[in-house]
Amino acid sequence: MKVSITVNGKAVSGEIEGRTLLVQFLREGLGLTGTHVGCDTSQCGACVVHVNGKAVKSCTAFAADLEGAKITTIEGMNNADGSLGTVQQAFQDHHGLQCGFCTPGMVMSSAALLAENPKPSEDEIRHYLEGNICRCTGYHNIVKAVLAASGQDADQIAAE
Amino acid sequence: MHNFEFVKPSSVADAVAALKDEDALALSGGQTLMPTMKQRLAAPSKLVSLTGIAEMQGVRQSGGVLEIGAATPHAVVAREAAAVYPALAALAGGIGDPAVRNVGTIGGSLANNDPAACYPSAALASGATIVTNAREIAADDFFQGLFSTALEEGEIITAVRFPIPQKAAYAKFEQPASRFALTGAFVAKYAGGVRVAITGASEDGVFRWSEGEAALSSNFSPAALSGLSVSADGMMGDLHGTPAYRANLVKVMTQRAVAAAS
Amino acid sequence: MPKDSGIGASTKRREDVRFLSGKGVYTDDLNLRGQTYAVMVRSSVAHGKIVSIDTTAAEGMPGVVAVFTGEDFKDVGGNPAGWLINSRNGEPMREPKRPVLAHGKVRHVGDAYAAVIAETYQQAKDAAEQLAADTEIEELPAIVDMAAALADSSNRVHDEIPDNQCFDWGWIEDNRAAVDAAIKNAPHVTTLELVNNRLVPNAMEPRASIGEYFPGTGDYKLTTTSQNPHLTRLLIAAFVMGIPENKLTVVAPDVGGGFGSKIYHYGEEAVVLAAAKKLGRPVRWTAERSESFLSDAHGRDHVTKIELASDLEGNFIAFRTETLANVGAYLSNFSTATPTFLHGTLMAGPYKVPNVYVNVKTVFTNTAPVDAYRGAGRPEATYSLERVIDKMCRELNLDPFEVRRKNFITTDMFPYTTPVGLPYDTGDYHATLDKAMEIGDVAGFASRRAASAAKGKLRGMGLSTWIEACGIAPSHLVGVLGSRVGLYDAATVRVNATGNISVMVGAHSHGQGHETVFPQIVAEKLGVPESSVEIVHGDTSKIPFGMGSYGSRSLAVCGVAVTKAIDKIVAKGKKIAAHMLEASEEDISFADGKFSVAGTDKAKSFGEIAFSAYVPHNYPLETLEPGLEETAFYDPGNFTYPAGAYICEVEVDPETGKVEVCSFTCADDFGNVMNPMIVDGQVHGGVGQGIGQALLENTSYDENGQLLTGSYMDYAMPRASDVPFYKVDYSCQTPCTHNPLGVKGCGEAGAIGSPPAVVNAVIDALHSGGHTHVKHIDMPVSPSRVWSAING
Ligand SMILES: Cc1cc2nc3c(=O)[nH]c(=O)nc-3n(C[C@H](O)[C@H](O)[C@H](O)COP(=O)(O)OP(=O)(O)OC[C@H]3O[C@@H](n4cnc5c(N)ncnc54)[C@H](O)[C@@H]3O)c2cc1C
Ligand code: FES
Ligand code: FES
Repeated sequence: MKVSITVNGKAVSGEIEGRTLLVQFLREGLGLTGTHVGCDTSQCGACVVHVNGKAVKSCTAFAADLEGAKITTIEGMNNADGSLGTVQQAFQDHHGLQCGFCTPGMVMSSAALLAENPKPSEDEIRHYLEGNICRCTGYHNIVKAVLAASGQDADQIAAE
Repeated sequence: MHNFEFVKPSSVADAVAALKDEDALALSGGQTLMPTMKQRLAAPSKLVSLTGIAEMQGVRQSGGVLEIGAATPHAVVAREAAAVYPALAALAGGIGDPAVRNVGTIGGSLANNDPAACYPSAALASGATIVTNAREIAADDFFQGLFSTALEEGEIITAVRFPIPQKAAYAKFEQPASRFALTGAFVAKYAGGVRVAITGASEDGVFRWSEGEAALSSNFSPAALSGLSVSADGMMGDLHGTPAYRANLVKVMTQRAVAAAS
Repeated sequence: MPKDSGIGASTKRREDVRFLSGKGVYTDDLNLRGQTYAVMVRSSVAHGKIVSIDTTAAEGMPGVVAVFTGEDFKDVGGNPAGWLINSRNGEPMREPKRPVLAHGKVRHVGDAYAAVIAETYQQAKDAAEQLAADTEIEELPAIVDMAAALADSSNRVHDEIPDNQCFDWGWIEDNRAAVDAAIKNAPHVTTLELVNNRLVPNAMEPRASIGEYFPGTGDYKLTTTSQNPHLTRLLIAAFVMGIPENKLTVVAPDVGGGFGSKIYHYGEEAVVLAAAKKLGRPVRWTAERSESFLSDAHGRDHVTKIELASDLEGNFIAFRTETLANVGAYLSNFSTATPTFLHGTLMAGPYKVPNVYVNVKTVFTNTAPVDAYRGAGRPEATYSLERVIDKMCRELNLDPFEVRRKNFITTDMFPYTTPVGLPYDTGDYHATLDKAMEIGDVAGFASRRAASAAKGKLRGMGLSTWIEACGIAPSHLVGVLGSRVGLYDAATVRVNATGNISVMVGAHSHGQGHETVFPQIVAEKLGVPESSVEIVHGDTSKIPFGMGSYGSRSLAVCGVAVTKAIDKIVAKGKKIAAHMLEASEEDISFADGKFSVAGTDKAKSFGEIAFSAYVPHNYPLETLEPGLEETAFYDPGNFTYPAGAYICEVEVDPETGKVEVCSFTCADDFGNVMNPMIVDGQVHGGVGQGIGQALLENTSYDENGQLLTGSYMDYAMPRASDVPFYKVDYSCQTPCTHNPLGVKGCGEAGAIGSPPAVVNAVIDALHSGGHTHVKHIDMPVSPSRVWSAING
């Protein structure tokens, strides 16, 4: 069957099977390998993308179910000139990533959080990231990055 | 995952018709069904998506009843039920994580009846009515043990009606790995009495804690439960908690729910 | 003023830009023309005899291009153990062959006995399912419990090993009698039996490998998720497949975390290479997470009895431990070193205890192989020590801070050789303890405890003072200890004609930030901008050699190799400058990126020297070679010994047993620090994993050897909401005395020091609530375990 969706602002369509997962469509069909797969039980969040503006685990969505949807992946988060977007830049500034594998999902979840809640508290950030597992950072700098991306004084909040 | 035919009808009638095929299954948010299919524990020949059916979406209030379309995602319930039935909204807002809540639905959760799921306790404690394409089922009759419900083959939940309580709260103790309920207590106080439903604890799935209900119906306070003790018999035991531990949580979580509701 | 570039600056990581833009390239991201997909067929039973495998149906399925079974690899070599350990009686360890694919028997759930290669992943998966159905395995009783395994010689993981024991190791055997006597005569002995829980490393990127074969040249290429591509090449070449090293390239591109689990060579790597050769097409394999749970090497899994003999004031007299260490079904590459030389040699801690004896019996079981996981042996040692010291303090009613203080090795005692044989070069354990107490506000604890009590919570504080041996490792030492390899590292500094610099390093970055930190060092030493330095790593065809990244060794070993290569570059540069400036070499000095002639204003910039090296129009060729490229191998003279003090505060909810970590304070001594931002991150990550081990992570096999915690549904990974902001300090610095950077390594510290601090805090909380009958709770200290202990 065929599916037509918009990915990072570009209309795309492709032949898929019923079972084709959104993440497979992105990685294998479109070569957008920034979205990662870290588990097979829908828990790690490495695969989080935005579907019509909302965070969704692309490993737990069928491409066939998304006809007409607008998808944003990590590849769509940079500014038009290629520089890092606000959330991405905050992750770099605050060393919110190490191996980078959880990072695309973390950034997408964090961006979704900030869209819903522009000034989240530390606690709200930690809970919002419940479905994003990072093995490298101990989360400290991820939480700081999100605080900073929301314009708060991350260093001061972390020190309290 | 085995391959299957994918259809996305736009009405309940079409969905019911599509589900007549042998081995056809309803797909709602897919947050339970898809992991199951990845493990090849379910292998439907056809998936009938319910997410394109407008009449199965949304949160509406009429009189003392809150009706939620079965294909409404948890996140929508968390947002839109907040004013009318805050305890239910809070429960929905505590399921899984944001990405799961954006997609997973109340209908899928009730139909699946996972013994550690949250919604079944709300439905049971609220004395909700499960509306299907064919009939209306009282929550007391709907849940029939682990992963089993009163639904017939091919029958789909279209909506759930919750009588709005005077006071209610849900207290969830999370299983440390899955973050489902290791034990969760939903307490709802109505003019006719208090209902308490417990999820996560029993080998038989969600259940009403009748001693707790009786005690709270005469005195709606945590202290009313102090004298009660919950038997470990019939409680689940696993890596995450012994039966005795879960029995303890039944009481503690109910007390906390009452405190939060008061 | 903090520096903004060079050594000691918190330079932002350049690699982040690609990771944050979705432009990283991990193994599974590659897409090769003509590629095929491999799926492993894994045992669903823990122990069984393979009666028959009928491959015909699977071979006939759509898209299937090849099927391999253990039979196909029975004549190639086994995947070896890297360290030969001798038992107390002098016998060498028992070393069963670890085949590429199980042959004859399967020995753990997840043991791969066949592989199916097909045009698509789904086809391979379908055929693998078919093959499993067409395989007959006669199930044998599973051997899971270590003590039972040793006791029952009728049931054997490996038929040739009667008691399932790999070795029975004593350290130091000659001291045993003296230690026994010291304990016997001591005024007080504290005994503790504990379990160091088995962990699944869970790097977020599952393992993946791609094999390629180029028939025109006979060359092989393996792209794989490895922390040490050269070691993998060596193992495949020399032991497993016999491919000459110069015909095999191993590439580890971006790697999504390792924590030990990607040090080792795994059978899948050999399978994709063999299949690529047979098919003449690339063959790719990527683990599903459930496969990772079953087949990645796990960590820890010790059962230990530790005794601490002391006087009544808490002065340590002796430590004695008996440990059963699970190695699982097969020996993985470091699995014999981890419970021995990375563990037993640390059993003196940072303390001046005169008597220490360690006994370790390693046991084969029908479980996944166990090997080094972040910290590797040292967390096990630290946990045993710091828990038993805490217990002693309670028994003797002594202050745990004071007890540490009075037993610490003092600064005037270095170099100090412990009774378990390690020569500590330097340290200041009092300083880190004082620092931790200050930033952890130990003085204010009583009021925090009262505030918790007002909320119905029990607050506890736990301390752990840890030390490790890292910068792995001096070859002369590890050779004596049984290592079959040397543990030096190598680097090549290539100055290109236009002055920019490529540095080929043997260390591999899978999150540690080498691409940023190594240029900081190079730039500072050569006086060039960081942006002109690029790091090349992870490709055996491009780098001289390397033993990889683990054991906090990247900087302390490979980083030093880089500086040695730079020294050679400077020396060569001086020669060139002498020629260009018509001066004698001895008169040339190098500073701030300039070669100048002493006492004159004659100078050449680094760039001019580089250019000249490649445009040598008038070089005296007998004495001056063109080119500016130097390689250095560096083998450390000693381990490095980072140490520190960790303080954890928890709140326990007595009604549910839930433990919340309220604060975690680290005061470490890592010697000199190259990039503080990255050091912070390393400590955070390690502490996060340590809190995970202490409170959440449980790897549990049932009596049939089925893994009960085989997914994130049951294996509790630490999440953002499980941990606090950490307080991290490394201002107490006693630079390492034997490497020119003065660095000690910081990668494992957090994971080593933190678990006992957490558990000690929980016990403290329970005692404060009057639950003084609780002497110990095994990790993970889960709510159910805490509640059961309170109510037990
Ligand atoms: C990471 C993660 C964490 C989670 N945490 C929690 C948690 O804390 N608490 C909790 O309660 N749940 C949790 N869940 C489960 C989640 O709430 C699911 O969304 C829900 O249980 C199933 O809803 P769904 O819409 O996704 O159903 P699906 O997965 O689409 O379907 C589930 C089953 O119900 C059937 N079905 C679906 N809709 C209907 C219908 N309308 N009528 C009849 N049958 C139907 C399907 O055929 C299928 O058998 C979690 C899930 C994940 C992945
Ligand atoms: S890949 Fe783990 S949640 Fe999607
Ligand atoms: S940065 Fe490695 S898993 Fe998060």
